[in-house]
Amino acid sequence: MDHFPGTWGRPRNDVYGAYDPSYLQSTGPKTHTTSPAVTGTSVVGVKFNGGVALATDNLASYGSLARFTDTKRLRVFGDQAVVGFGGDVSDMQYLDRLLESIDIRENYSSHGNMLNAKNLHTYLAKVFYKRRSEFNPLWNHVLVAGFDGEGKPFLSSADLLGTTFSAPHLATGFGAHLAVPILRRLFPEEKPIEEISREEAVDALKQCLKVLFYRDARSLDKYSIAVITKEGIDLKEDEQLEGQSWAFAERIKGYGAQTV
Amino acid sequence: MTSIGTGYDLSNSVFSPDGRNFQVEYAVKAVENGGTAIGIRCKDGVVLAVEKIISSKLLKPGANKRIATVDRHVGIVSAGLVPDGRHFVSRARDEASSWRATYKGPIPTSALANRLGGYVQAYTLYSSVRPFGVTSIVGGWDSEAELAVDGQVGSGPKSGAGGKVDGAKAGGPGLYMIEPSGLYWGYYGAATGKGRQAAKAELEKLDLSSGKLSLLEGVKEAARIIYVAHEDSKDKEFELEMSWISSLDGPTKGRHEEVPKDILEEAEKAARRALDEDEEEEDKGAGEQMEE
Repeated sequence: MDHFPGTWGRPRNDVYGAYDPSYLQSTGPKTHTTSPAVTGTSVVGVKFNGGVALATDNLASYGSLARFTDTKRLRVFGDQAVVGFGGDVSDMQYLDRLLESIDIRENYSSHGNMLNAKNLHTYLAKVFYKRRSEFNPLWNHVLVAGFDGEGKPFLSSADLLGTTFSAPHLATGFGAHLAVPILRRLFPEEKPIEEISREEAVDALKQCLKVLFYRDARSLDKYSIAVITKEGIDLKEDEQLEGQSWAFAERIKGYGAQTV
Repeated sequence: MTSIGTGYDLSNSVFSPDGRNFQVEYAVKAVENGGTAIGIRCKDGVVLAVEKIISSKLLKPGANKRIATVDRHVGIVSAGLVPDGRHFVSRARDEASSWRATYKGPIPTSALANRLGGYVQAYTLYSSVRPFGVTSIVGGWDSEAELAVDGQVGSGPKSGAGGKVDGAKAGGPGLYMIEPSGLYWGYYGAATGKGRQAAKAELEKLDLSSGKLSLLEGVKEAARIIYVAHEDSKDKEFELEMSWISSLDGPTKGRHEEVPKDILEEAEKAARRALDEDEEEEDKGAGEQMEE
Protein backbone atom coordinates (compact mmCIF):
# COMPACT_ATOMS: atom_id res chain seq x y z
CA MET A 1 0.00 0.00 0.00
CA ASP A 2 1.27 3.39 -0.97
CA HIS A 3 0.61 5.67 1.98
CA PHE A 4 1.39 8.90 0.08
CA PRO A 5 -1.79 10.20 -1.59
CA GLY A 6 0.31 12.70 -3.56
CA THR A 7 1.65 9.89 -5.67
CA TRP A 8 -1.67 8.13 -6.28
CA GLY A 9 -2.87 8.03 -9.86
CA ARG A 10 0.51 9.05 -11.24
CA PRO A 11 2.63 7.12 -13.73
CA ARG A 12 4.90 4.75 -11.85
CA ASN A 13 8.31 6.18 -11.13
CA ASP A 14 10.03 2.85 -11.79
CA VAL A 15 8.52 2.70 -15.29
CA TYR A 16 8.35 6.31 -16.42
CA GLY A 17 11.01 7.99 -14.30
CA ALA A 18 10.51 10.45 -11.46
CA TYR A 19 7.63 12.89 -11.89
CA ASP A 20 8.70 16.47 -12.42
CA PRO A 21 6.85 18.35 -9.64
CA SER A 22 7.51 21.73 -11.27
CA TYR A 23 4.52 21.04 -13.55
CA LEU A 24 2.25 21.22 -10.53
CA GLN A 25 3.40 24.62 -9.38
CA SER A 26 0.62 27.12 -9.06
CA THR A 27 2.96 30.00 -8.27
CA GLY A 28 5.17 31.78 -10.76
CA PRO A 29 4.31 34.04 -13.67
CA LYS A 30 1.26 33.57 -15.84
CA THR A 31 2.54 32.82 -19.31
CA HIS A 32 -0.48 32.09 -21.47
CA THR A 33 -0.89 35.74 -22.40
CA THR A 34 2.62 36.09 -23.74
CA SER A 35 1.96 35.06 -27.31
CA PRO A 36 -0.84 35.46 -29.82
CA ALA A 37 -2.64 32.43 -31.30
CA VAL A 38 -4.59 33.22 -34.45
CA THR A 39 -3.12 36.27 -36.11
CA GLY A 40 -3.70 38.75 -38.87
CA THR A 41 -0.74 40.36 -40.60
CA SER A 42 -0.17 43.90 -41.91
CA VAL A 43 -2.53 46.86 -42.02
CA VAL A 44 -1.68 49.68 -44.45
CA GLY A 45 -3.13 53.20 -44.45
CA VAL A 46 -2.69 56.41 -46.45
CA LYS A 47 -4.12 59.91 -45.99
CA PHE A 48 -5.23 61.72 -49.12
CA ASN A 49 -6.96 64.95 -49.99
CA GLY A 50 -10.24 64.81 -48.07
CA GLY A 51 -9.93 61.41 -46.44
CA VAL A 52 -8.04 58.29 -45.49
CA ALA A 53 -7.74 54.86 -47.13
CA LEU A 54 -7.05 51.70 -45.14
CA ALA A 55 -6.42 48.13 -46.28
CA THR A 56 -5.72 44.66 -44.89
CA ASP A 57 -5.75 41.19 -46.39
CA ASN A 58 -8.45 38.72 -45.35
CA LEU A 59 -6.24 36.08 -43.75
CA ALA A 60 -6.14 34.85 -40.17
CA SER A 61 -3.16 32.54 -39.64
CA TYR A 62 -2.75 29.90 -36.94
CA GLY A 63 1.02 29.91 -36.71
CA SER A 64 2.11 29.21 -40.27
CA LEU A 65 -1.24 27.64 -41.20
CA ALA A 66 -3.52 29.83 -43.33
CA ARG A 67 -6.47 29.04 -41.06
CA PHE A 68 -9.26 31.49 -42.05
CA THR A 69 -9.37 33.15 -45.44
CA ASP A 70 -12.44 35.38 -45.14
CA THR A 71 -11.50 37.37 -42.06
CA LYS A 72 -12.73 40.93 -41.91
CA ARG A 73 -10.02 42.91 -40.18
CA LEU A 74 -11.33 46.39 -40.96
CA ARG A 75 -13.97 47.30 -38.39
CA VAL A 76 -16.26 50.27 -38.82
CA PHE A 77 -16.95 52.52 -35.83
CA GLY A 78 -19.84 54.99 -36.09
CA ASP A 79 -20.06 56.52 -39.54
CA GLN A 80 -16.71 58.32 -39.72
CA ALA A 81 -14.04 55.97 -38.40
CA VAL A 82 -12.47 52.62 -39.26
CA VAL A 83 -10.03 50.54 -37.21
CA GLY A 84 -7.68 48.14 -39.01
CA PHE A 85 -6.47 45.31 -36.81
CA GLY A 86 -3.21 43.37 -37.02
CA GLY A 87 -2.23 40.71 -34.49
CA ASP A 88 -4.40 38.37 -32.44
CA VAL A 89 -7.84 37.82 -33.93
CA SER A 90 -9.64 36.92 -30.71
CA ASP A 91 -8.31 40.08 -29.08
CA MET A 92 -9.57 41.94 -32.14
CA GLN A 93 -13.01 40.42 -31.58
CA TYR A 94 -12.90 41.49 -27.94
CA LEU A 95 -12.00 45.05 -28.96
CA ASP A 96 -14.67 45.05 -31.65
CA ARG A 97 -17.31 44.20 -29.06
CA LEU A 98 -15.88 46.82 -26.71
CA LEU A 99 -16.13 49.45 -29.45
CA GLU A 100 -19.65 48.30 -30.29
CA SER A 101 -20.73 48.74 -26.67
CA ILE A 102 -19.26 52.26 -26.71
CA ASP A 103 -21.09 53.06 -29.94
CA ILE A 104 -24.37 51.84 -28.42
CA ARG A 105 -23.85 54.02 -25.35
CA GLU A 106 -22.95 57.03 -27.50
CA ASN A 107 -26.23 56.65 -29.36
CA TYR A 108 -28.28 56.94 -26.16
CA SER A 109 -28.03 60.70 -26.54
CA SER A 110 -30.05 62.25 -29.33
CA HIS A 111 -27.07 63.80 -31.09
CA GLY A 112 -25.73 60.31 -31.77
CA ASN A 113 -22.15 59.14 -31.77
CA MET A 114 -19.90 62.18 -31.39
CA LEU A 115 -16.62 60.28 -31.00
CA ASN A 116 -14.26 60.89 -33.92
CA ALA A 117 -11.32 58.77 -35.02
CA LYS A 118 -8.93 60.82 -32.90
CA ASN A 119 -10.96 60.20 -29.73
CA LEU A 120 -11.19 56.53 -30.63
CA HIS A 121 -7.44 56.27 -31.13
CA THR A 122 -6.73 57.91 -27.77
CA TYR A 123 -9.12 55.52 -26.09
CA LEU A 124 -7.73 52.40 -27.76
CA ALA A 125 -4.15 53.38 -26.91
CA LYS A 126 -5.18 53.72 -23.26
CA VAL A 127 -6.87 50.33 -23.28
CA PHE A 128 -3.70 48.78 -24.74
CA TYR A 129 -1.52 50.55 -22.18
CA LYS A 130 -3.70 49.49 -19.26
CA ARG A 131 -3.67 45.88 -20.37
CA ARG A 132 0.08 45.74 -20.93
CA SER A 133 0.56 47.28 -17.46
CA GLU A 134 -1.47 44.38 -16.06
CA PHE A 135 0.85 41.95 -17.87
CA ASN A 136 -2.19 40.82 -19.86
CA PRO A 137 -1.76 42.59 -23.17
CA LEU A 138 -4.20 42.70 -26.05
CA TRP A 139 -1.96 41.38 -28.80
CA ASN A 140 -2.78 43.83 -31.55
CA HIS A 141 -1.31 46.62 -33.58
CA VAL A 142 -4.04 48.83 -34.96
CA LEU A 143 -4.41 51.71 -37.37
CA VAL A 144 -7.25 54.11 -36.68
CA ALA A 145 -8.48 56.13 -39.66
CA GLY A 146 -11.08 58.87 -39.95
CA PHE A 147 -11.19 62.53 -39.02
CA ASP A 148 -9.99 64.60 -36.07
CA GLY A 149 -11.95 67.24 -34.16
CA GLU A 150 -11.23 69.86 -36.83
CA GLY A 151 -12.49 67.62 -39.63
CA LYS A 152 -9.01 66.96 -41.02
CA PRO A 153 -8.08 63.43 -42.17
CA PHE A 154 -6.68 61.41 -39.28
CA LEU A 155 -4.47 58.33 -39.34
CA SER A 156 -2.63 56.95 -36.34
CA SER A 157 -1.39 53.68 -34.91
CA ALA A 158 -1.49 52.10 -31.46
CA ASP A 159 0.26 48.89 -30.49
CA LEU A 160 0.00 46.27 -27.76
CA LEU A 161 2.20 48.35 -25.46
CA GLY A 162 0.09 51.45 -25.83
CA THR A 163 2.68 53.14 -28.03
CA THR A 164 1.14 55.61 -30.44
CA PHE A 165 2.57 56.87 -33.70
CA SER A 166 1.17 59.06 -36.40
CA ALA A 167 2.19 59.76 -39.99
CA PRO A 168 0.55 60.59 -43.36
CA HIS A 169 0.99 56.92 -44.29
CA LEU A 170 1.41 54.00 -41.92
CA ALA A 171 1.72 50.23 -41.92
CA THR A 172 1.81 47.62 -39.17
CA GLY A 173 3.56 44.26 -38.92
CA PHE A 174 5.48 43.14 -41.98
CA GLY A 175 4.07 46.18 -43.77
CA ALA A 176 6.12 48.46 -41.52
CA HIS A 177 9.19 47.03 -43.26
CA LEU A 178 7.89 46.37 -46.77
CA ALA A 179 5.07 48.86 -47.38
CA VAL A 180 6.34 52.02 -45.70
CA PRO A 181 9.36 52.38 -48.07
CA ILE A 182 7.01 52.08 -51.05
CA LEU A 183 4.65 54.67 -49.59
CA ARG A 184 7.58 57.00 -48.80
CA ARG A 185 8.75 56.77 -52.41
CA LEU A 186 5.25 57.43 -53.78
CA PHE A 187 4.40 60.18 -51.29
CA PRO A 188 7.62 61.92 -50.24
CA GLU A 189 7.62 64.16 -47.20
CA GLU A 190 7.62 67.35 -49.32
CA LYS A 191 4.37 66.34 -50.96
CA PRO A 192 1.42 67.69 -49.00
CA ILE A 193 -1.52 65.33 -48.60
CA GLU A 194 -3.73 67.86 -50.39
CA GLU A 195 -1.90 66.82 -53.58
CA ILE A 196 -2.67 63.13 -53.13
CA SER A 197 -5.89 62.01 -54.81
CA ARG A 198 -8.16 59.26 -53.62
CA GLU A 199 -7.26 57.12 -56.66
CA GLU A 200 -3.53 57.54 -56.00
CA ALA A 201 -3.99 56.48 -52.39
CA VAL A 202 -6.05 53.41 -53.29
CA ASP A 203 -3.58 52.40 -56.02
CA ALA A 204 -0.70 52.78 -53.57
CA LEU A 205 -2.44 50.52 -51.06
CA LYS A 206 -3.05 47.87 -53.71
CA GLN A 207 0.59 48.03 -54.72
CA CYS A 208 1.65 47.62 -51.08
CA LEU A 209 -0.66 44.65 -50.56
CA LYS A 210 0.72 43.02 -53.70
CA VAL A 211 4.33 43.36 -52.53
CA LEU A 212 3.27 42.07 -49.12
CA PHE A 213 1.60 39.07 -50.74
CA TYR A 214 4.79 38.36 -52.69
CA ARG A 215 7.07 38.49 -49.68
CA ASP A 216 5.04 37.92 -46.50
CA ALA A 217 4.35 34.20 -46.08
CA ARG A 218 1.43 34.96 -43.71
CA SER A 219 -0.52 37.05 -46.23
CA LEU A 220 -3.22 36.52 -48.80
CA ASP A 221 -4.27 37.95 -52.17
CA LYS A 222 -7.84 38.50 -50.97
CA TYR A 223 -8.17 41.81 -49.20
CA SER A 224 -10.44 44.47 -47.71
CA ILE A 225 -10.18 48.18 -48.38
CA ALA A 226 -11.96 51.10 -46.74
CA VAL A 227 -12.02 54.66 -48.04
CA ILE A 228 -13.21 57.17 -45.44
CA THR A 229 -14.36 60.57 -46.70
CA LYS A 230 -16.78 63.18 -45.42
CA GLU A 231 -19.46 61.48 -47.54
CA GLY A 232 -19.08 58.29 -45.51
CA ILE A 233 -17.21 55.00 -45.53
CA ASP A 234 -16.77 52.94 -48.68
CA LEU A 235 -15.85 49.48 -47.39
CA LYS A 236 -15.15 46.57 -49.72
CA GLU A 237 -14.39 43.28 -47.97
CA ASP A 238 -14.08 40.75 -50.77
CA GLU A 239 -11.42 42.09 -53.15
CA GLN A 240 -8.86 40.15 -55.18
CA LEU A 241 -5.31 41.35 -55.92
CA GLU A 242 -5.07 41.90 -59.68
CA GLY A 243 -2.06 41.79 -61.99
CA GLN A 244 0.23 39.54 -60.01
CA SER A 245 3.50 38.60 -61.63
CA TRP A 246 5.63 35.90 -60.07
CA ALA A 247 8.43 36.16 -62.64
CA PHE A 248 10.77 37.51 -59.97
CA ALA A 249 10.42 34.28 -58.02
CA GLU A 250 12.65 32.39 -60.44
CA ARG A 251 15.58 34.54 -59.51
CA ILE A 252 15.24 33.87 -55.80
CA LYS A 253 18.03 31.60 -54.62
CA GLY A 254 18.90 29.98 -51.35
CA TYR A 255 15.71 28.09 -50.49
CA GLY A 256 14.25 24.62 -50.91
CA ALA A 257 15.87 21.97 -53.08
CA GLN A 258 18.15 24.31 -55.02
CA THR A 259 21.70 23.08 -55.17
CA VAL A 260 23.40 26.18 -56.60
CA MET B 1 -61.55 53.86 -1.96
CA THR B 2 -63.45 52.49 0.97
CA SER B 3 -60.46 50.53 2.18
CA ILE B 4 -58.48 53.66 3.06
CA GLY B 5 -57.83 53.84 6.77
CA THR B 6 -57.98 50.09 7.22
CA GLY B 7 -54.20 49.98 7.47
CA TYR B 8 -53.57 47.64 4.57
CA ASP B 9 -52.16 50.45 2.44
CA LEU B 10 -49.41 51.52 4.83
CA SER B 11 -46.76 49.07 3.74
CA ASN B 12 -45.74 47.73 0.38
CA SER B 13 -46.07 43.99 -0.26
CA VAL B 14 -49.00 43.64 2.15
CA PHE B 15 -52.23 42.11 0.86
CA SER B 16 -55.58 43.41 2.00
CA PRO B 17 -58.11 40.71 3.03
CA ASP B 18 -59.76 40.96 -0.39
CA GLY B 19 -56.43 40.32 -2.15
CA ARG B 20 -55.26 43.74 -3.25
CA ASN B 21 -51.92 45.47 -2.91
CA PHE B 22 -52.83 49.09 -2.26
CA GLN B 23 -49.33 50.49 -2.73
CA VAL B 24 -49.37 49.18 -6.29
CA GLU B 25 -52.78 50.73 -6.86
CA TYR B 26 -51.51 54.09 -5.60
CA ALA B 27 -48.58 53.79 -8.00
CA VAL B 28 -51.11 53.36 -10.81
CA LYS B 29 -52.69 56.64 -9.64
CA ALA B 30 -49.32 58.35 -10.08
CA VAL B 31 -49.24 57.03 -13.64
CA GLU B 32 -52.75 58.30 -14.36
CA ASN B 33 -51.58 61.86 -13.73
CA GLY B 34 -48.62 61.64 -16.13
CA GLY B 35 -48.53 62.99 -19.69
CA THR B 36 -50.13 60.64 -22.23
CA ALA B 37 -47.73 58.17 -23.83
CA ILE B 38 -48.63 55.85 -26.68
CA GLY B 39 -47.05 53.22 -28.89
CA ILE B 40 -48.25 51.85 -32.23
CA ARG B 41 -47.04 48.58 -33.73
CA CYS B 42 -47.12 49.03 -37.52
CA LYS B 43 -46.35 46.48 -40.19
CA ASP B 44 -42.87 47.88 -40.92
CA GLY B 45 -41.97 49.46 -37.60
CA VAL B 46 -43.03 50.89 -34.26
CA VAL B 47 -43.89 54.48 -33.27
CA LEU B 48 -43.64 55.91 -29.77
CA ALA B 49 -45.14 59.28 -28.82
CA VAL B 50 -45.53 61.27 -25.63
CA GLU B 51 -47.32 64.44 -24.61
CA LYS B 52 -44.92 66.58 -22.60
CA ILE B 53 -46.79 69.17 -20.56
CA ILE B 54 -44.69 72.34 -20.41
CA SER B 55 -44.38 72.94 -16.68
CA SER B 56 -42.30 76.11 -17.03
CA LYS B 57 -41.63 78.65 -19.76
CA LEU B 58 -37.97 78.51 -18.72
CA LEU B 59 -37.58 74.95 -20.04
CA LYS B 60 -35.74 74.81 -23.35
CA PRO B 61 -38.04 73.57 -26.12
CA GLY B 62 -36.89 70.26 -27.60
CA ALA B 63 -34.58 69.51 -24.68
CA ASN B 64 -35.47 67.21 -21.75
CA LYS B 65 -36.21 64.11 -23.77
CA ARG B 66 -38.73 61.64 -22.44
CA ILE B 67 -38.23 58.82 -24.93
CA ALA B 68 -35.03 56.87 -24.39
CA THR B 69 -33.01 54.51 -26.58
CA VAL B 70 -32.04 51.08 -25.26
CA ASP B 71 -29.36 49.20 -27.18
CA ARG B 72 -29.89 50.28 -30.79
CA HIS B 73 -33.23 48.80 -31.68
CA VAL B 74 -35.49 49.50 -28.70
CA GLY B 75 -37.17 52.66 -27.40
CA ILE B 76 -38.91 53.21 -24.07
CA VAL B 77 -41.45 55.87 -23.17
CA SER B 78 -43.04 56.14 -19.73
CA ALA B 79 -45.96 57.92 -18.13
CA GLY B 80 -45.82 58.78 -14.44
CA LEU B 81 -42.92 59.81 -12.24
CA VAL B 82 -40.14 60.91 -14.57
CA PRO B 83 -37.23 59.89 -12.29
CA ASP B 84 -38.72 56.41 -11.89
CA GLY B 85 -38.88 56.24 -15.67
CA ARG B 86 -35.22 57.18 -15.93
CA HIS B 87 -34.20 54.48 -13.48
CA PHE B 88 -36.30 51.99 -15.41
CA VAL B 89 -34.54 52.93 -18.66
CA SER B 90 -31.16 52.62 -16.98
CA ARG B 91 -32.09 49.09 -15.91
CA ALA B 92 -33.27 48.28 -19.42
CA ARG B 93 -29.91 49.41 -20.82
CA ASP B 94 -28.07 47.22 -18.33
CA GLU B 95 -30.24 44.26 -19.26
CA ALA B 96 -29.63 44.84 -22.98
CA SER B 97 -25.87 45.11 -22.55
CA SER B 98 -25.69 42.06 -20.29
CA TRP B 99 -27.68 40.13 -22.92
CA ARG B 100 -25.09 41.19 -25.49
CA ALA B 101 -22.23 40.17 -23.18
CA THR B 102 -23.76 36.69 -22.91
CA TYR B 103 -25.26 36.04 -26.34
CA LYS B 104 -23.17 38.38 -28.55
CA GLY B 105 -26.25 39.85 -30.21
CA PRO B 106 -29.11 42.27 -29.65
CA ILE B 107 -31.77 41.39 -27.07
CA PRO B 108 -35.18 40.50 -28.58
CA THR B 109 -37.86 43.01 -27.59
CA SER B 110 -39.92 40.23 -25.99
CA ALA B 111 -37.00 39.11 -23.81
CA LEU B 112 -36.33 42.68 -22.70
CA ALA B 113 -40.00 43.16 -21.79
CA ASN B 114 -39.89 39.92 -19.82
CA ARG B 115 -36.82 40.93 -17.82
CA LEU B 116 -38.19 44.40 -17.13
CA GLY B 117 -41.51 42.92 -16.07
CA GLY B 118 -39.66 40.74 -13.59
CA TYR B 119 -37.69 43.73 -12.33
CA VAL B 120 -40.78 45.89 -11.75
CA GLN B 121 -42.63 43.01 -10.08
CA ALA B 122 -39.80 42.59 -7.56
CA TYR B 123 -40.60 46.12 -6.32
CA THR B 124 -44.01 44.90 -5.15
CA LEU B 125 -42.54 42.22 -2.88
CA TYR B 126 -40.61 44.10 -0.23
CA SER B 127 -41.57 46.53 2.50
CA SER B 128 -38.27 48.40 2.09
CA VAL B 129 -39.11 49.63 -1.41
CA ARG B 130 -42.05 51.22 -3.20
CA PRO B 131 -43.44 50.15 -6.56
CA PHE B 132 -42.48 51.97 -9.75
CA GLY B 133 -44.58 55.06 -10.36
CA VAL B 134 -44.51 54.48 -14.11
CA THR B 135 -46.20 52.49 -16.81
CA SER B 136 -43.68 52.05 -19.59
CA ILE B 137 -44.15 51.28 -23.24
CA VAL B 138 -41.31 49.28 -24.80
CA GLY B 139 -41.15 49.31 -28.59
CA GLY B 140 -38.52 47.54 -30.67
CA TRP B 141 -37.66 45.98 -33.98
CA ASP B 142 -36.03 42.53 -34.00
CA SER B 143 -33.88 42.16 -37.10
CA GLU B 144 -35.55 40.17 -39.86
CA ALA B 145 -32.15 39.47 -41.45
CA GLU B 146 -29.74 36.91 -40.11
CA LEU B 147 -27.37 38.91 -37.91
CA ALA B 148 -23.68 38.26 -37.53
CA VAL B 149 -22.59 37.39 -34.02
CA ASP B 150 -20.97 40.47 -32.40
CA GLY B 151 -17.29 40.47 -33.28
CA GLN B 152 -17.71 37.83 -35.99
CA VAL B 153 -14.87 38.09 -38.51
CA GLY B 154 -15.81 35.63 -41.26
CA SER B 155 -18.78 33.68 -42.51
CA GLY B 156 -17.27 30.20 -42.54
CA PRO B 157 -17.38 27.65 -45.35
CA LYS B 158 -19.98 28.18 -48.07
CA SER B 159 -20.74 24.47 -48.33
CA GLY B 160 -21.19 21.67 -45.83
CA ALA B 161 -23.58 20.99 -42.97
CA GLY B 162 -25.71 24.00 -42.11
CA GLY B 163 -28.83 23.10 -40.21
CA LYS B 164 -30.52 26.39 -41.14
CA VAL B 165 -34.16 26.42 -42.12
CA ASP B 166 -34.69 28.14 -45.46
CA GLY B 167 -37.24 30.91 -45.56
CA ALA B 168 -37.96 30.83 -41.83
CA LYS B 169 -39.56 34.11 -40.80
CA ALA B 170 -37.77 35.89 -38.02
CA GLY B 171 -37.84 39.32 -36.41
CA GLY B 172 -40.35 42.12 -36.80
CA PRO B 173 -41.98 44.78 -34.64
CA GLY B 174 -42.53 44.37 -30.91
CA LEU B 175 -44.60 46.51 -28.53
CA TYR B 176 -45.04 45.84 -24.82
CA MET B 177 -46.48 47.82 -21.91
CA ILE B 178 -45.28 47.23 -18.35
CA GLU B 179 -47.41 48.38 -15.41
CA PRO B 180 -46.38 49.15 -11.80
CA SER B 181 -47.49 45.67 -10.72
CA GLY B 182 -44.98 44.14 -13.12
CA LEU B 183 -47.80 42.99 -15.37
CA TYR B 184 -46.90 43.26 -19.03
CA TRP B 185 -48.69 42.35 -22.24
CA GLY B 186 -47.79 42.63 -25.88
CA TYR B 187 -49.95 45.13 -27.76
CA TYR B 188 -50.86 46.29 -31.25
CA GLY B 189 -51.38 49.73 -29.78
CA ALA B 190 -50.68 50.83 -26.23
CA ALA B 191 -51.63 53.97 -24.31
CA THR B 192 -51.02 55.18 -20.77
CA GLY B 193 -51.10 58.40 -18.77
CA LYS B 194 -53.75 61.05 -18.35
CA GLY B 195 -55.36 60.82 -21.80
CA ARG B 196 -55.20 57.03 -22.13
CA GLN B 197 -58.97 56.53 -22.43
CA ALA B 198 -59.32 58.85 -25.41
CA ALA B 199 -56.10 57.50 -26.89
CA LYS B 200 -57.24 53.88 -26.54
CA ALA B 201 -60.55 54.69 -28.23
CA GLU B 202 -58.63 56.19 -31.17
CA LEU B 203 -56.17 53.28 -31.31
CA GLU B 204 -59.03 50.80 -31.50
CA LYS B 205 -60.39 52.57 -34.58
CA LEU B 206 -57.11 51.96 -36.45
CA ASP B 207 -57.60 48.20 -37.02
CA LEU B 208 -54.00 47.54 -36.05
CA SER B 209 -54.43 43.78 -35.79
CA SER B 210 -54.82 43.48 -39.56
CA GLY B 211 -51.17 44.59 -39.88
CA LYS B 212 -51.87 47.01 -42.71
CA LEU B 213 -50.88 50.32 -41.16
CA SER B 214 -47.53 51.55 -42.48
CA LEU B 215 -44.96 53.24 -40.28
CA LEU B 216 -45.41 56.66 -41.93
CA GLU B 217 -49.18 56.48 -41.46
CA GLY B 218 -48.51 55.32 -37.90
CA VAL B 219 -46.46 58.46 -37.23
CA LYS B 220 -49.35 60.66 -38.44
CA GLU B 221 -51.87 58.71 -36.36
CA ALA B 222 -49.68 58.83 -33.25
CA ALA B 223 -49.38 62.61 -33.50
CA ARG B 224 -53.14 62.95 -34.02
CA ILE B 225 -53.93 60.67 -31.08
CA ILE B 226 -51.69 62.66 -28.72
CA TYR B 227 -53.47 65.84 -29.86
CA VAL B 228 -56.89 64.20 -29.34
CA ALA B 229 -55.86 62.95 -25.90
CA HIS B 230 -54.72 66.45 -24.99
CA GLU B 231 -58.20 67.93 -25.62
CA ASP B 232 -59.23 67.36 -21.99
CA SER B 233 -56.34 69.39 -20.59
CA LYS B 234 -56.42 72.07 -23.27
CA ASP B 235 -55.47 74.88 -20.90
CA LYS B 236 -51.95 73.51 -20.55
CA GLU B 237 -49.42 73.85 -23.33
CA PHE B 238 -47.59 70.75 -24.46
CA GLU B 239 -44.81 69.54 -26.69
CA LEU B 240 -45.02 66.38 -28.78
CA GLU B 241 -42.04 64.02 -28.72
CA MET B 242 -41.99 61.09 -31.14
CA SER B 243 -39.56 58.33 -32.01
CA TRP B 244 -39.69 55.38 -34.37
CA ILE B 245 -38.02 52.10 -35.27
CA SER B 246 -38.37 50.89 -38.84
CA SER B 247 -37.52 47.62 -40.59
CA LEU B 248 -33.99 47.20 -41.96
CA ASP B 249 -35.00 48.61 -45.38
CA GLY B 250 -37.00 51.45 -43.82
CA PRO B 251 -35.96 55.00 -42.86
CA THR B 252 -34.15 54.06 -39.61
CA LYS B 253 -32.72 50.70 -40.75
CA GLY B 254 -33.86 48.85 -37.65
CA ARG B 255 -32.62 51.52 -35.24
CA HIS B 256 -34.58 53.49 -32.68
CA GLU B 257 -34.38 57.18 -33.58
CA GLU B 258 -36.21 60.43 -33.08
CA VAL B 259 -38.73 61.12 -35.82
CA PRO B 260 -36.99 63.70 -38.08
CA LYS B 261 -38.08 67.30 -37.57
CA ASP B 262 -39.77 67.76 -40.96
CA ILE B 263 -41.87 64.59 -40.63
CA LEU B 264 -42.76 65.47 -37.03
CA GLU B 265 -43.86 68.99 -37.98
CA GLU B 266 -45.90 67.69 -40.89
CA ALA B 267 -47.59 65.13 -38.64
CA GLU B 268 -48.36 67.83 -36.06
CA LYS B 269 -49.81 70.10 -38.74
CA ALA B 270 -52.02 67.25 -39.98
CA ALA B 271 -53.06 66.49 -36.39
CA ARG B 272 -54.16 70.10 -35.78
CA ARG B 273 -56.00 70.15 -39.09
CA ALA B 274 -57.86 66.91 -38.21
CA LEU B 275 -58.85 68.37 -34.83
CA ASP B 276 -60.15 71.60 -36.42
CA GLU B 277 -62.19 69.61 -38.95
CA ASP B 278 -63.73 67.55 -36.14
CA GLU B 279 -64.68 70.73 -34.29
CA GLU B 280 -66.22 72.26 -37.42
CA GLU B 281 -68.31 69.15 -37.98
CA GLU B 282 -69.47 69.23 -34.39
CA ASP B 283 -70.36 72.90 -34.71
CA LYS B 284 -72.22 72.21 -37.94
CA GLY B 285 -74.04 69.30 -36.33
CA ALA B 286 -75.01 71.48 -33.39
CA GLY B 287 -76.16 74.25 -35.78
CA GLU B 288 -78.40 71.90 -37.77
CA GLN B 289 -80.00 70.65 -34.59
CA MET B 290 -80.71 74.22 -33.56
CA GLU B 291 -82.49 74.89 -36.86
CA GLU B 292 -84.80 71.95 -36.36
